[in-house]
Amino acid sequence: MAEYKGILVHCEVAEGKLTSMATELLGGGRKLADDLGEPLSAVLIGSGVAGLAQEVIAFGADKVYVVEDALIKDYQTDPYIMVMEKITKEAMPQVIMLGQTSIGRDLAPRLAFHLSTTANLGCLELAVDTETKRLLQTKPVYGGNALAIFISETDPQIATVRAKAMSPLEPDPARKGEVITVDAGLAPSLIRTTVLEKVPEEVAGIKLEDAEVVVAGGRGIGGPEGFQQLEDLAKLLKGAVGATRPPCDNGWVPTGQQVGLTGKIVTPDLYIAVAVSGASQHMSGCSGSKNIIAINKDEEANIFREARYGVVGDWKKILPAFTEKLKELLAG
Amino acid sequence: MANVIVCVKQVIDPEAPPASFKIDAAANKVVPPTGISPVLDPYAEYAVEAALKIKDTVGGKITAVSLGTGQLRDVVKKPLSMGADELVLLEDEAFAGGDSWSTAYALAMAIKKLGEYDLILCGREASDWNAGQVGSGIAEILELPSVTLVKKIEIIDGKARVERATDNGYEVIEVSLPALLSISHEIGEPRYPTIKGIMAAKKKEPISWAPGDIGVEPSQIGVAGRRTKLTKLFQPVREGKCEIIEGESPEDAGANLAKRLREAKIL
Ligand SMILES: Cc1cc2nc3c(=O)[nH]c(=O)nc-3n(C[C@H](O)[C@H](O)[C@H](O)COP(=O)(O)OP(=O)(O)OC[C@H]3O[C@@H](n4cnc5c(N)ncnc54)[C@H](O)[C@@H]3O)c2cc1C
Ligand SMILES: Nc1ncnc2c1ncn2[C@@H]1O[C@H](COP(=O)(O)O)[C@@H](O)[C@H]1O
Repeated sequence: MAEYKGILVHCEVAEGKLTSMATELLGGGRKLADDLGEPLSAVLIGSGVAGLAQEVIAFGADKVYVVEDALIKDYQTDPYIMVMEKITKEAMPQVIMLGQTSIGRDLAPRLAFHLSTTANLGCLELAVDTETKRLLQTKPVYGGNALAIFISETDPQIATVRAKAMSPLEPDPARKGEVITVDAGLAPSLIRTTVLEKVPEEVAGIKLEDAEVVVAGGRGIGGPEGFQQLEDLAKLLKGAVGATRPPCDNGWVPTGQQVGLTGKIVTPDLYIAVAVSGASQHMSGCSGSKNIIAINKDEEANIFREARYGVVGDWKKILPAFTEKLKELLAG
Repeated sequence: MANVIVCVKQVIDPEAPPASFKIDAAANKVVPPTGISPVLDPYAEYAVEAALKIKDTVGGKITAVSLGTGQLRDVVKKPLSMGADELVLLEDEAFAGGDSWSTAYALAMAIKKLGEYDLILCGREASDWNAGQVGSGIAEILELPSVTLVKKIEIIDGKARVERATDNGYEVIEVSLPALLSISHEIGEPRYPTIKGIMAAKKKEPISWAPGDIGVEPSQIGVAGRRTKLTKLFQPVREGKCEIIEGESPEDAGANLAKRLREAKIL
């Protein structure tokens, strides 16, 4: 039986470009591969993705498997599992890294069970155990109240990694690597789903994940009108508006604004949390922010355990005065 | 008519104050908080709600399946009081302490024994280990198609038409039945149990299966069937103290906060 060796990174492509998740994984994967003294491979799946192979190499890969087929233009579970199984048999990696995205969350566990191995989802850190050479996979559990380090006892070891947990390398266009084109060889009859429609959620202004300032509102904001005030502050600071889950569930803001374990991960310089209690599942998405500021009427609220500066009181009175003063200070 | 199986589990209350969360580091175990009752896993509850929505529109039968030891009847019977019809419990000690692998395997074998089903529903991730795997695992073991992050379900012409949440919107997917769906919170708030439901649930005896009843070997389930090892469980340290900005009035405090952030060169 051939030995499992090296790291394989699944690179996601969106609108014809490598995603930031993909370059982060390549950066993290390169480091692990070097620690193991083994190669870093990557796989590009889709339609019209071959042109990105050189860029994947520039970001750190030694080898890129390219699989193109009209049937895998969009992500679907069944054909992706078939393709990943094929690539795994060919590359025999001991580690497969994917992003903790709507694709990775679906693909990783199903692939793991398909290959009779295990996955760990939403990892913050991957490291090589010096003794056993197995992967130490650190991930938040209990909604972020604790961290757990897992070891998979079977190969390949599959992990999804959260956004912003790893850093991309400076791309080196002169880097050399090998590109291997693999035939998808898909049988359409084995695909049990059909994508009927894709409905993008339009976001105006700066994307939440990219913003340097995030103004986030919680249940205590009370309705969409309140969020308008957060919007005004975000505009002033050239930032974006985020939210806890209740405002999204209540339709006060689009679901795409949700920050947390089951929402977006953000790491801005400044995170202003207004009427947010600071539940661990929410903090799990924003605790990487440089400075957290809290406005909450409950001095016992957990958010004050995480914030650097805070004001205790009714946001309806505090926020307008805060915004006014900031306008003045920023103008002067 | 649709036969729906929904997988649920008991967890420690994820909405308990974070300060009440304690672990026994030496044993790598979570210490259940005193005085705070366990609850049904919230995402599993969303899955029950999804099952009830299907029953509301096309009729049928809902069977809840729960694996775990020390399950309180009030907690695991919640699906019944919400409107589910049957409850199957895998409570034997041999099932305890499993990982996603051994749990999915035991659940899949129990579902196989149940036999007829059109849909199996799971939550997208349980609030304890946030694994997010058991649904996909069951689907793979039973060789069923699966769709995860599901936020809406319609049964049309013997197929399910579902909406799946993606990172930048959603997609509409048609999937053949039987299928497994993992449910996300956008499906809508779980309904409250009704008085009638609570009465019915009280009377209902759950079906309890031991490993032998579902044809599994003790070596394949629970601790023995694990393929992952938990090497360390710890609480992240929260450094730093919050500086509370005061003022003569709330408005004044707001203005002072702006000044302080400016001073500290944060803005
Ligand atoms: C598995 C799982 C995953 C989850 N994923 C996420 C996730 O990704 N993101 C997320 O956010 N949540 C998530 N949750 C939910 C999470 O547990 C909390 O329920 C949620 O974050 C609470 O939101 P909140 O702080 O807005 O509301 P609450 O906890 O109700 O807090 C509202 C706060 O507003 C304050 N307030 C009220 N009125 C005022 C006022 N006038 N002025 C000032 N302050 C005021 C209150 O003091 C309170 O602290 C998840 C839960 C589970 C179980
Ligand atoms: N012990 C269990 N018993 C029944 N269902 C479970 C169990 N563990 C997980 N599930 C189901 O799988 C979903 C995802 O769990 P997990 O993969 O553990 O995050 C849960 O929301 C449940 O629907």
